[in-house]
Amino acid sequence: MSDWGMQRAALNERLAAGRRLAAGKVVPIPKLPEFLKSVLRTGDRVCLEGDNQKQADILASALADLDPADVSDLHMVQSGVVLPAHLDVFEKGIARRLDFSYSGPQSARIARMLFGRRIELGAVHTYLELFARYFIDLTPNVALIAAVSADKDGNLYTGPNTEDTPTVVEATSYKNGLVVAQVTEIVDKVPRVDIPGDLVHFVVEAGKPFYVEPLFTRDPAAITETQILTAMLAIKGIYAPYGVRRLNHGIGFNTAAIELLLPTYGERLGLKGKVCTHFALNPHPTLIPAIESGWVEQVHCFGSEVGMEDYVAARPDIFFTGPDGSLRSNRAFCQTAGLYACDMFIGSTLQIDLEGHSSTVTTNRIAGFGGAPNMGSDPRGRRHPSEPWLKAGAEAAPETSAALRRGRKLVVQIGETFGDRNVPLFVERLDALELARELNLDLAPVMVYSDDVTHIVTEEGIANLLLCRNKDEREHAIRGVAGYTDIGRARDPRMVEQLRQRGVIARPEDLGIDPLDADRRLLAARSIKDLMLASGALYRPPSRFRNW
Amino acid sequence: MEKLSFKLNAPTRAGGTRAQAIVGVVASGNLEVLLERASPPDVCMIDIATAAHGFGAVWEAVVRDFVVRRAAGGLRISINDGGARPDTVALRLAQGVRLIEEREA
Amino acid sequence: MTAATANRSSLSWYEASARQRIEALLDAGSFKEFIGPELREMSPHLSIFDLPAQFDDGIVIGRGRLDGSPVLAAAQEGRFMGGAFGEVHGAKLTGLLRAARRLKQDVLILFDTGGVRLQEANAGELAIAEIMRAVIEARRAGVRVIGLIGGRAGCYGGGSLIAGTCSSLIVSEQGRISISGPEVIETNKGVEEFDSRDRALVWRTMGGKHRYLLGGADIFVDDEASAFRQAAVEALRCTGRCDLGLLEAEQQRLERRLQRFGEASDAVAIWQAIGVDNPADISGLPTSEFLRRAADKREHADDAR
Repeated sequence: MSDWGMQRAALNERLAAGRRLAAGKVVPIPKLPEFLKSVLRTGDRVCLEGDNQKQADILASALADLDPADVSDLHMVQSGVVLPAHLDVFEKGIARRLDFSYSGPQSARIARMLFGRRIELGAVHTYLELFARYFIDLTPNVALIAAVSADKDGNLYTGPNTEDTPTVVEATSYKNGLVVAQVTEIVDKVPRVDIPGDLVHFVVEAGKPFYVEPLFTRDPAAITETQILTAMLAIKGIYAPYGVRRLNHGIGFNTAAIELLLPTYGERLGLKGKVCTHFALNPHPTLIPAIESGWVEQVHCFGSEVGMEDYVAARPDIFFTGPDGSLRSNRAFCQTAGLYACDMFIGSTLQIDLEGHSSTVTTNRIAGFGGAPNMGSDPRGRRHPSEPWLKAGAEAAPETSAALRRGRKLVVQIGETFGDRNVPLFVERLDALELARELNLDLAPVMVYSDDVTHIVTEEGIANLLLCRNKDEREHAIRGVAGYTDIGRARDPRMVEQLRQRGVIARPEDLGIDPLDADRRLLAARSIKDLMLASGALYRPPSRFRNW
Repeated sequence: MEKLSFKLNAPTRAGGTRAQAIVGVVASGNLEVLLERASPPDVCMIDIATAAHGFGAVWEAVVRDFVVRRAAGGLRISINDGGARPDTVALRLAQGVRLIEEREA
Repeated sequence: MTAATANRSSLSWYEASARQRIEALLDAGSFKEFIGPELREMSPHLSIFDLPAQFDDGIVIGRGRLDGSPVLAAAQEGRFMGGAFGEVHGAKLTGLLRAARRLKQDVLILFDTGGVRLQEANAGELAIAEIMRAVIEARRAGVRVIGLIGGRAGCYGGGSLIAGTCSSLIVSEQGRISISGPEVIETNKGVEEFDSRDRALVWRTMGGKHRYLLGGADIFVDDEASAFRQAAVEALRCTGRCDLGLLEAEQQRLERRLQRFGEASDAVAIWQAIGVDNPADISGLPTSEFLRRAADKREHADDAR
């Protein structure tokens, strides 16, 4: 007779061990090292939050302080590899295998460690993909999570930076896993219950807030005229003709410029109410002027953004907020929204090749995927129609009969032909291929595949890949907007001109845009201070962005 | 510093009466462009001083496109470059011509 | 401060170039440049370091009219070499000030400088000294020398010393005046003493609002060319005294100031001490409210300049 409750028995054992060091559910900080040693087992699959923004930093440090003689060979499954401690656990032999999604701040070190074979890589995922696997084959034995506050029963308030927590806890707790939460403070009554106490086994009172990365703040003072030109092209050449109301902006200066051009340039074009009404988006400070001038109906957020909490709480008609008034974010649902309920993704990248594949991998940095491929891909499971989706579908397959012709999500890659340090955006061969070879990966880490990309926007113009009939046309559409890069200069001018005649390539002048009009005075806010004032002083920018 | 010089056919003379114009600033990723009416009416001379070495072919492509797209005849253009991208160079050249063609107050 | 629509008639001083500032400051079309870029009086030193030079060596000088009256003006380009003084840059300003003394014309100096160029250190330091002397000699001849500070580079090092010799200083919130920069203070005194990445702290210590409250600047304006222009017109109405009595009064004022505030560890304590309402709010206040609260509380240098 098989024992069908082995996992549950193992959990009870961990609980008993942990309770010896806790008072009820509360583990005192001085007991944390011993506690972790007693509840973890060698070979455990551990999810450490490691979100895009918030970090369970106290728990991460404690984990990295373990003696590998006591606990080793952990399999880390986490969204973000963000803190040094997240990699220290591998250096020290406490952890061996890694499945993750995003590693922005650690992109150089993780590359070194992967090349040096210090980490056994499972796979790099998108957020939604990783969450999906938490329920199938990467279910955590132990989840180390971050919350703002807890009551003594373990009810948690995760607040504006709720992010991944509900998903992680759902997968872990309902499958006999152990959930340990770090909180800033333990209170009598939490402002709202984001995670019910039933699902939380232990709580550690950190005494200070968890660490949060300010990732989604772009200083308008840094936006260049070229970026403004690309933004004008996107608005007039894509947003307007397709009527894009539901969308996601990947973070970057080009999209920040678009957000700041809506109340000025967008207004002049008569687009209010016709585009940019519904967003799957973190609370970008650069969206404040558009919200304030009535462009935006609704925003669902993956997470929060440092300094935006009070502004969001004061705009409950726009953002998702709880009965306590503060933002409720949820990465899994927002990713799903970006996948199925948005008609366009627009974002930047580091490299685009001649087929249109794009990647953010360079030979010494591995930043992972985050959510971009999820947003930046055509969801073939979608069934509900919308005007932009149907229009793009018609452009892609004009021969197919309308009733059997699915639409296409608009997936736009936007950027200047030369990026930071004058490195060209367009390349013959992606660095990602080199990385795949080095690390023996089955797939090169491509962010957006060529058959998903629909448009490329640079300062030279817009390439509409939906209208390309073959590989040759595609290649020349790309060369035709690749400016003075080697790729661009090797264009066949006659072919590019033909593509322009057909509308596959649109130059600024074809859209009635004079590059000389791309002026910083078009921005609805030109500084962080302007954003702060536009918000009625509700937005409190982090110190690094101040000049007052 | 690398010095480059181009002498190009510029069939359309730059309009206006201003004797000179200057745009831009020498800073990282930027450049200053001084335009003077000191060339034959169908010629455009461009002198460049740049700290970024080895980009002669790119500068040539940019200035050739410039004289085709804009009225640059009669101009002697002098550039101090702080490592600007080609699109910034093209923008400043266009801004320079617009400024020199501007009606005098 | 936010334009929901693009406002082409407003010009952010902070964003503007040296040339744009001068054009916006003076009467329309009245500005005539001296030693303009076409004369190519450039730095003879930068090429040794393989650094690009600028045709005007980062400072625009000339004459024009302000509200009808003839003035001389100089504007530093803060984005070129951080607006720092070099040999030619310095000489242009020295020459302008000497001309001011001979012509008996007031001078507007639009500061935007990190100090002296490392690459031209000796020449730069000499220039600072010559300029300070030239300011005083011009002032002794009855000329007013007005400083305008509100650019990205601030007014640091030798530039701040020159500012200290001016008849009157106009400053915006973004402007900063100090001899030593934030990073230098942190390096020398440690991050506990001064965290240069705490930008709110930097502005509390050296920024326009604090300088205005402390009497280190005389007129506080919005980050707007038109506001600077109006303030310059107002500043030129000052007495323009420059004699021993004035210097002695200034010395006493500074000694008193040091006595009263020398122990304060943060600007907020000083604002508290001078009796400003809710001093912790000062940094976030819009201009009109800030001026209202500063009105009868701020330290003045009026008697001493």
